[in-house]
Amino acid sequence: MDWSSSLQGLTGGILIGLSATWLMATLGRIAGISGILGNLITLRPKGDSAWRITFLLGLISGPVVLLLLGGGLGNVAGAPGEVVGEPAGGVALMLVAGLLVGVGTGIGSGCTSGHGVCGLARLSPRSLVATLTFLVAAIVTVYVVRHMIGGGA
Amino acid sequence: MKTSTLKAIMGYVAGLIFGLGLAISGMTDPARVLGFLDLFGAWDPTLMFVLGGAVVTNFIGYRLVLRRKAPLFGNAFQLPTRQDLDGRLIGGAALFGIGWGLSGYCPGPAFASIAGLSVPLLAMLIAMVAGWFLARAIPASR
Repeated sequence: MDWSSSLQGLTGGILIGLSATWLMATLGRIAGISGILGNLITLRPKGDSAWRITFLLGLISGPVVLLLLGGGLGNVAGAPGEVVGEPAGGVALMLVAGLLVGVGTGIGSGCTSGHGVCGLARLSPRSLVATLTFLVAAIVTVYVVRHMIGGGA
Repeated sequence: MKTSTLKAIMGYVAGLIFGLGLAISGMTDPARVLGFLDLFGAWDPTLMFVLGGAVVTNFIGYRLVLRRKAPLFGNAFQLPTRQDLDGRLIGGAALFGIGWGLSGYCPGPAFASIAGLSVPLLAMLIAMVAGWFLARAIPASR
């Protein structure tokens, strides 16, 4: 097992948890990316959009900061010094996947951050069920793609 | 300083820490995410440490923060109150899981990866936004 990757994962995870706590402490909001950005883009709520826009800018600037620092703090598999990994497929696959992620997080009211990081921390039964559901669906999907169709990519 | 300005700054700081966390943990690499989801291949445990670290930290953080009456810049904590399980929640989570398993991108890492923007990632982001609009058009009564 690759302990340095796991340690980086733990460190980054703690930062994500601190970010969620910070957003609750300062603005009283759940740090759910699909909720913050989905509502920003589809509703443009008056008087409730500025912090969503700055959150998005911050989210994008995090990896930029690591790139400016030389990339040594990144954790891309098999590519030391890289911060952002390559997409796992081409445009067609990403269009299908993006649509599923958008529709799914839209009607399911949350994603890995809202249901996972925040909902589980609140011991929400809805978020626990949602998190288990998307984890199992994703694991089955990867199994089908890699081991039934693709032959172990 | 105006409260609205302070709120915007707090939002930026939250986003920045979140983005740093995603990048340091390697969640901006779809291969790491897919490696975790591939239980029957060369399993990559990184995501387990990310989610575990985030949930435990936030669990402690929420317990401290929610003792207060209100957030520092706002009238009330806005917490979800629903407890019921319905088809939208489970069906939506299942669709999301399939998309996540196909791409290795969930919404946070997809947007955070704009620093390394590629044509497939752009397609992912555009389709995700289209999906959010589409979800609004799907009526609440399943």
